[in-house]
Amino acid sequence: MKFSEQWLREWVNPSITTDELESLLSLSGLEVDGVEKAAKDFSGVVVGEIISAEQHPNADKLQVCSVSDGTETFQVVCGAANARAGLKTGFAKVGAVLPGDFKIKKAKLRQVESFGMLCAEDELGISDDHGGIMELAADAPVGTDLREYLNLDDTIIEVDLTPNRSDCLSLAGLAREVGVLTQTPVNVPEVAAVPATASETFPVELINSDACPRYLGRVIKGINPTATTPLWMVEKLRRSGVRAIDPVVDVTNFVLMELGQPMHAFDLAKLSGGIKVRLAEQDEALQLLDGSEVKLNADTLVIADHDKAVAMAGIMGGEQTKVTDSTSDIFLECAFFEPISIAGRARSYGLHTDSSHRYERGVDFTLQARAMERATQLLLEIVGGEAGPVVEAVEESKLPVRNDVVLRAGRLNQMLAMDMPAEKVEDILTRLGLQLTKEGNDWRAAVPSYRFDISIEADLIEEVARVYGYDNLPVKSPTMALGIEAQPEAIKPIRMIRQSLAARGYQEAIAFSFIEPGLSKLFDPENTPIALANPISADLSVMRTTLIAGLAKAVQYNQNRQQGRIRLFETGQCFIQQGEAMVQDPMVAVIATGSREPEGWTGDSKPMDFFDLKGDLEALLDDSGILAEVRFEPAQHPALHPGQTAQILREDQVIGVIGALHPSVQKELGLKGSVYVFEIKQSALQTGNVAKFDSLSKYPEVRRDLAFILDENTPVAHLMAAMREKAGEWLKELRLFDVYQGKGVEEQRKSVALGLTWQHASRTLNDEEINSLVDQIVSVVQEQFGASLRS
Amino acid sequence: MENLATLVDQARSAIAEASDAQALDQIRVQYLGKKGEVTQLLKGLGKLSPEERPKAGDEINKAKDALLQDLNARKADIETAQLQAKLAAETLDVTLPGRGQSVGGLHPVTKTIQRIEDFFGSIGFSVAEGPEIEDDYHNFEALNIPAHHPARAMHDTFYFNANTVLRTHTSPVQVRTMETDKPPIRIICPGRVYRCDSDQTHSPMFHQVEGLLVDKDISFADLKGILEQFLKAFFEDDVKVRFRPSYFPFTEPSIEVDIDRGDGKWLEVLGCGMVHPKVFEYSGIDPEEYTGFAFGMGVERLAMLRYGVNDLRLFFDNDLRFLSQLR
Repeated sequence: MKFSEQWLREWVNPSITTDELESLLSLSGLEVDGVEKAAKDFSGVVVGEIISAEQHPNADKLQVCSVSDGTETFQVVCGAANARAGLKTGFAKVGAVLPGDFKIKKAKLRQVESFGMLCAEDELGISDDHGGIMELAADAPVGTDLREYLNLDDTIIEVDLTPNRSDCLSLAGLAREVGVLTQTPVNVPEVAAVPATASETFPVELINSDACPRYLGRVIKGINPTATTPLWMVEKLRRSGVRAIDPVVDVTNFVLMELGQPMHAFDLAKLSGGIKVRLAEQDEALQLLDGSEVKLNADTLVIADHDKAVAMAGIMGGEQTKVTDSTSDIFLECAFFEPISIAGRARSYGLHTDSSHRYERGVDFTLQARAMERATQLLLEIVGGEAGPVVEAVEESKLPVRNDVVLRAGRLNQMLAMDMPAEKVEDILTRLGLQLTKEGNDWRAAVPSYRFDISIEADLIEEVARVYGYDNLPVKSPTMALGIEAQPEAIKPIRMIRQSLAARGYQEAIAFSFIEPGLSKLFDPENTPIALANPISADLSVMRTTLIAGLAKAVQYNQNRQQGRIRLFETGQCFIQQGEAMVQDPMVAVIATGSREPEGWTGDSKPMDFFDLKGDLEALLDDSGILAEVRFEPAQHPALHPGQTAQILREDQVIGVIGALHPSVQKELGLKGSVYVFEIKQSALQTGNVAKFDSLSKYPEVRRDLAFILDENTPVAHLMAAMREKAGEWLKELRLFDVYQGKGVEEQRKSVALGLTWQHASRTLNDEEINSLVDQIVSVVQEQFGASLRS
Repeated sequence: MENLATLVDQARSAIAEASDAQALDQIRVQYLGKKGEVTQLLKGLGKLSPEERPKAGDEINKAKDALLQDLNARKADIETAQLQAKLAAETLDVTLPGRGQSVGGLHPVTKTIQRIEDFFGSIGFSVAEGPEIEDDYHNFEALNIPAHHPARAMHDTFYFNANTVLRTHTSPVQVRTMETDKPPIRIICPGRVYRCDSDQTHSPMFHQVEGLLVDKDISFADLKGILEQFLKAFFEDDVKVRFRPSYFPFTEPSIEVDIDRGDGKWLEVLGCGMVHPKVFEYSGIDPEEYTGFAFGMGVERLAMLRYGVNDLRLFFDNDLRFLSQLR
């Protein structure tokens, strides 16, 4: 909310500077968002009167004016279409300095001399209006300095009010708060009831009194619709960020800014029968003041006459019944709507108005009569007319109830860790408008109608703390019992997994959790991704089902920036719809492309391949202590190369996948070189085992090497599993040390060499035992895999 | 016996001239071997008279020992020289870079979260995590933000359906922890959060660390103390800290914390407050028995201040040139 400092000071005028006021507001919870001058710096501009305006002899669009400053008359050439005899406007005399250090000098425009300049608002930094030169009121005193006349030496302060402080959404409310904080009296202007001089009324009926427990209406007859809004009001509205429109609307807006009470004026002639405050019919039509046509929902409160809805209650008036320059009788509305009945409605129609902003947060439910009288008084002054009596429809029992709140001194002192003096508490709360009754050490507080945010003890503690000043409250370190929390050693913290990957040369990436649907389909066509109902854009509209999509995009991004060797990882959740449930699984994924090693002088930077990445994955598994429990099986994956893809299984559960990106996927994304990826469940990587000691044998190891020739398509892992099974309980290690295809080995077959190491815990193994094991292994391998022993 | 002196002279000059171990061995065999010339002299002692024998024997043995010593000394010299030559030949250009150096690193967001975890971990806070797709109850209602509360407008929420959202803050993790754990509770909850807002200073996804301490007799003073210490530790500087009243539906009083790093400008860095009694009630904790405080901070904002990053969007571009600067 924006307000004029001068206006505030008319209500409450503490002896503090603008800077101090700004800091005071911020430190009491009314955060100052911006401070600006009411007008930019300029000097030498006075109220001038155009005595005559003649066509320029040499230019169609220019006029030659004679302008009076009250004592002398000057010839001024002006290009504004609205320059005319009798108009009072801003006159920058020779020697004036306009914003931007623009000096006004004597000039010649198309051979006609000009002594000064007539100013538009934007030229003086008052607004952005460049629709013509300023049109000042007819009674503006000619010759007066314009800054003085318009009271421009003012500051506009914008406060960002939190939703709980609806009581400060008006000048009166801000003044009350500043009065409390600075202990300065507030001048609340008297608003006398305006006696009715006409008898006409318009009936009001509260159909839905839960939502609208109080509605005041008043007829004002015979207004002058062509009157103009006085300058002081236009300026106060402007400095509150409200544009002047016409006098009736300006008055209702002024009362809103001054007192915080939204009001609305209808053209009485356009209303039929009487007012009914009711819920809308589903899809009932209403054209709003902003010109839009809406179909109302049945949860929306409307102001209706006997035929139709005429306004969206508390949000915006209707176009058909608005006041126009042909209106002569108006019906003025001033109501209290229950916040819950207004909350969220404006937003559901894409609207947000000064009125809905206040009603949603809470308008003082005792304010309506005062606001009605204030508006009437201002209207009669500006547009004239005869006011009828105020008609009030009220359902007292439905008005908000302010229950007393008890503040315990003990609780206050415990929460603030200090002994807050009782006089201080009483002073603060009383000045805030609460009525206190002492109960022993405690207080019972009656809460004023304008405070919607005080209903429990904590609210009062906050008020005391806030006004006392958070920075003035004590500081300490909490003390608590020391206790050691057991950390399961078998669970590996995710930060260790990240650290391992970083140490192996991978850079952590963080990609958005939502991606483009096409990308999701490219990487995981089998899962329909979970879609956002209100995505920020189409390319961020579905939740990722795999981390690989985001990593591939990151590779693309970096390849486009001349990066050749890219190694990235990410940890994070993937989201998969499984029936009703949205499963959120934390994953780890890695992507790598480019040379095996960074470019260097040793010349051994060949392109990386599948086994480079698999080596890093195995190191990670080994680090977690689960390598022995994991196996890899050839597999198919829609985004991966059909011949270079493996499922990662741990105890027969699939925990991840590793492979090369499918060439068609690479082509789709324009990725260069072969790209390798793996993705694995964090939970599988994190749950390892606590290490267990196995006593060291002091007897010698026995090693035998075997080489087999077998079909090239036989997975070596299957061969090794079969060998391990037959190798007996003394086998220490089975190590693959060579795989060979080529000269000396038949086509479509490969030679595989393995070393077996045995050791017994308590004795030396003899040759016969080992030979018998080797024989069994060889025969199993020959039988199961059609392998032959290589001599 | 004049022969002995000549022999010794000959042998010595041969030793001195020998250039490798093999030559030395030949000299040893020639003079001291079984058939060596000095050995022959010893064998010839029998021809001498018993009176002459001991003296002559003694002289020959001395000469033999002396030659042996010379031989060993020369051998050591040659080995040293050879080693020197070998070492000289093996000299590398040690200024060449090492092979295969390849350094990865953590994302600055992760690094920042880990630092925060460590500060709070050192005083007994544990890390709690929760789902990112969250239900309305945990994200809003249990945090005292009922439907239609104006505070919902402060959270531009991503919805899946009326009841399911992308969490707008990590505060639901607090609720979930309080539902299951009994006080004292000391947790911090780092993680991704989502707001339907995107421009130069807003990202639709960012990270928060939320903290919660619930125990008997926790006060506003404790909150101020912990956060002041944290901010000074985080920035490794005696930053000025200011506590400013604010509003969050789930805390009361609510506070925004600003810091001034010496340039006279206040920067908002985190929000916090004393846990609202209704939030305790929702989670089954008696607000009369326990009090507590909660705080929340934007990780990217802290990282930007800490490392001098000037554009929020850099955090999610995954540009290696950016990431490698900050690892």
